[in-house]
Amino acid sequence: MTTTAVAVEKPQLPVAQRYLTLIVIWAALLAAPFWLPLVGGYTALAGRVLVFGLAAMGLNLLLGFTGVLSFGHAAYFGLGAYGAGLTLRYLVHSTPLAMLAGTLLGGLAGTLFGMLIVRRRGVYFAMCTIAFGQLWYYLAYSWNDFTGGFDGLRDFHRAPIGFGPLTLDIMSNGTAFYYFLLAVFAAAVALMGLMLRSPFGRTMLAIRENERRALFLGIPVSRHIWMSFSISCFFTALAGTLYALLNNFADPLALHYSLSGYFVIMCVMGGMRTFWGPLLGAAVFVVLQDYISSMTVNWMSFIGTIFILVVLFFPRGLLGMLRRAPA
Amino acid sequence: MSRPLTPIRRRTLLKAGLAFGASQIVGAPFVISALGDEPVKIGMVDPLTGVLSALAQSEVDGAKYAEAEINKNGGILGRPVQLLVEDSANDVGTGVQKTNKLIDRDQVNVIFGDVNSGIAYAMSQVTNEKKVLHIVPGGHTDPITGTNCKWNVFRICNTTSMDANAVTPELVKKFGKKWFFITPDYAYGHTLQDAFIKALTKLGGTYDGDYLPINNTDFSATLIKAKGYKPNVLLNNMGGLTQINCMKQFTQFGLQKEMALGGALFELESIKGVPTDAQTGWWDMEWWWNQPNVPETVKFVAAYRAATNKTPSARDWFGYVAVHTVRLAAAKAQSLEGPKMAAALEDMELPPDVALQPGPVRYRAGDHELMANIFVGEAHPPKGDPNDVFTVAALVPGEQAAGSVADTGCKMQQPS
Amino acid sequence: MWQVILFNVTNGLIIGAFYVLMALGLSLILNLSNVINFAHGNFLALGGYLAFTLEPTLGYWGALVVSPVLTALIGVAVERLMIRRIYNRDPVYSLLLTFGLAFVIQDACRYVWGPNGLPMGLPAALSQPITESLFFITWYRVFMVTVVIISVIGLFTFLRNTRIGLRIRAGTLDLETVASLGVNVRNLRTFNFAVGCFLAGLSGVLAAGQIGLNPNMGDDLLMPSFIAIIVGGVGSLIGTLCGGLLIGMAAALTTVFYPAASEAVIYAILMAVLLLRPRGLLGEEGMMS
Repeated sequence: MTTTAVAVEKPQLPVAQRYLTLIVIWAALLAAPFWLPLVGGYTALAGRVLVFGLAAMGLNLLLGFTGVLSFGHAAYFGLGAYGAGLTLRYLVHSTPLAMLAGTLLGGLAGTLFGMLIVRRRGVYFAMCTIAFGQLWYYLAYSWNDFTGGFDGLRDFHRAPIGFGPLTLDIMSNGTAFYYFLLAVFAAAVALMGLMLRSPFGRTMLAIRENERRALFLGIPVSRHIWMSFSISCFFTALAGTLYALLNNFADPLALHYSLSGYFVIMCVMGGMRTFWGPLLGAAVFVVLQDYISSMTVNWMSFIGTIFILVVLFFPRGLLGMLRRAPA
Repeated sequence: MSRPLTPIRRRTLLKAGLAFGASQIVGAPFVISALGDEPVKIGMVDPLTGVLSALAQSEVDGAKYAEAEINKNGGILGRPVQLLVEDSANDVGTGVQKTNKLIDRDQVNVIFGDVNSGIAYAMSQVTNEKKVLHIVPGGHTDPITGTNCKWNVFRICNTTSMDANAVTPELVKKFGKKWFFITPDYAYGHTLQDAFIKALTKLGGTYDGDYLPINNTDFSATLIKAKGYKPNVLLNNMGGLTQINCMKQFTQFGLQKEMALGGALFELESIKGVPTDAQTGWWDMEWWWNQPNVPETVKFVAAYRAATNKTPSARDWFGYVAVHTVRLAAAKAQSLEGPKMAAALEDMELPPDVALQPGPVRYRAGDHELMANIFVGEAHPPKGDPNDVFTVAALVPGEQAAGSVADTGCKMQQPS
Repeated sequence: MWQVILFNVTNGLIIGAFYVLMALGLSLILNLSNVINFAHGNFLALGGYLAFTLEPTLGYWGALVVSPVLTALIGVAVERLMIRRIYNRDPVYSLLLTFGLAFVIQDACRYVWGPNGLPMGLPAALSQPITESLFFITWYRVFMVTVVIISVIGLFTFLRNTRIGLRIRAGTLDLETVASLGVNVRNLRTFNFAVGCFLAGLSGVLAAGQIGLNPNMGDDLLMPSFIAIIVGGVGSLIGTLCGGLLIGMAAALTTVFYPAASEAVIYAILMAVLLLRPRGLLGEEGMMS
């Protein structure tokens, strides 16, 4: 094993517990359309959890695993959404191509931007990400002719996907669409897992733990941070394309820093340092927001209070706390 | 400095919270079905938080008032009516999600929404797919009953064409044909200005103007330009708070001495939010409470004031009409199915105690737009009653102002 | 013609002055405590609303003085209760905390004062234009700029000439050393945060007179403040001052030629700075690395 790998040997759960976790999560996700309505949920809610969960997990590659704070990730999410929407509306009626276009748009924007700010750290880096995100928000709501401006991009919808003789009708069948989302989610998550186990992933952890030491070990820290930033933007942009397909709509608020803030709280609430934490955080947050906003007009106070409580009292997040339990 | 809660206490708190939350979610649906008759459910999605919240709240108030009124008088098809209100938070994703929730989980029969036209449109894609009747009380963008019209979507408030066509002849007659526009740079602003230009040029007028960012706060540059142009009328097309700021700066600069002020909408909520010297100009009201010659309106306003302690604005009226529309459609169709109610609503005329204004007020079959009267008049500081800030000079019938169905570009496709 | 030129210059100064006041408060808090105060726009709104409530009893001038002080006191409470606990942690927590705080304050404003826009009464003298030909410069605008100038001079004098000011400036560069020299850093941070909130509250009262009150009023002013700080250079207050004036002037000048792009130009400047001189105009290299 390389020096860096030894340095960041994280405490592994026993094998049985790890497999059990995976089984529970996937069982819950696969059966969602069946058990959700029984507890007062609905399939579209599960879809939203998946989309935001994927976005948050993408962000967490940067935030939790590399230790770099971006508070403007909604920009790439939104760019993914607009990329997919614009493709479906103006170019071609194909869902896979739309997803590809959106992912590339968001990912490349992130890659280019990452190059500019990679040498900054901490709070200044975060400020730049926020400002950059707002730039795209501003573009989206002012460029009326192209993006639909303030009213958003409309007049497109997900196209059924053809696999040779079979057609997956994700357009009108809500349940089929949910399983399509789940399939994409699974593929993305598998990729993420592979990446984290690779030497590159280990290096990211090393940078998170002690950047200076990593530098002294000869690791090109800035370049790795840039790559991590870039990869996380691609995943978040992919989630964005799914969001556009979910709503059949792309709107400027998908680029706003408040959504960026939601992604960060999902990571923190679920547990920044765990793999599945952001998904759990997304589930809790989406369900809570859905529920609270139906109960009261003052839901913003509740959401804000949750942010504050999590930061002050539950900084390690749900999974983070559960991990420590045996100790 | 206090220490954070110990891990054990923290986890207990968390578990207790989750358990409580779960019990709420699971318990709720079962409780409702235990009560009497299965109610007729209407789902209302509106931006109760965000910049449009004041207008959205008025719509909800009007709808709730109608809900109570209908339940006292036998309900819809003999069943109680239940209004479920959700906040779209001025965000499309949330609006679409809530619409899905209301239809899939709560099984509503009808959907209302949204004040934000973009959200209204996105919602209409969902309701159209699920074949649910969708009434848009206060979203103004033209395509909703124009190029994007749908068989299940009906709208109560005016189109920009109606507003522009109604007020233009009055302004030209009173002040002149040389106009200056201040318009927000987005879809609604563009369509509104285009409608004004069309109406103005038909009367031989000339114009100049500026497109400004939606959230623009400082109007000095454009007002200076306006002063140089020396128009007869300045058209303030900005919305919400930006409109208020433009009005304030207009009067601050003393421009009311040199030119008249006018525009399409200057809603009651907004008029009450400006200082008295900015309560001026010639505008459209989509409905106005002070109609002494219409007994139904007088009665309605008195009852509304007694029940809610506020004077109804056009937005309250939108919400009120929306719920009654459902009652009328269901009664005529004897069904709550989307396609049947939609068919019943086409060309349906509102009875006087719902229309609350003179003349026939009906949902035009070709584009599903409600042909209500447009109250053209002048805003002024309150005379006695703090809500008496507008005096009606002319009542323009909706049909006259709207132009033909062909003009709107609507090609209605009936459900398969 | 001269009217247009004069107008551009004055308008740019007015807009810029406003951004400066907001951005300086934000910058103070950022420099010393390393906290991005997302709730800054909401403290601004709070300042405006408090002035609105105090105006009937204290009059406009009384409200102008008292409201920022109250806002500062609320800032002290917030800092003591919440922000203080997370100073030494990862910056993500302070961002999330102030973000959540922003939501709570905004909703509280909506709850207490209602969602409708409220007008702020101004003394009649301030609402008049200064001369007939310069009709677009009302006394209120002159007043606003004067207040900003006084505040800025006051702030810089305070930082330069008083002991606390010196400690704040030193703390911006190296807080550990300042602490080891026996300075009560906790109180220093609280005080600094209070000053930042004072400036936000003052901005709020001024803004209220210009654009009226509504719960979202701070949102649109937050981003230009951020950009003013980045453009001017993080860590440098004079940089923030220049940054604010620069983007204000740019926005005003653009409005003359192409009004729809007046916001865009601020972002264009941001990108230009990030591309060509990432540390900002007056920032020091390594300031925030």
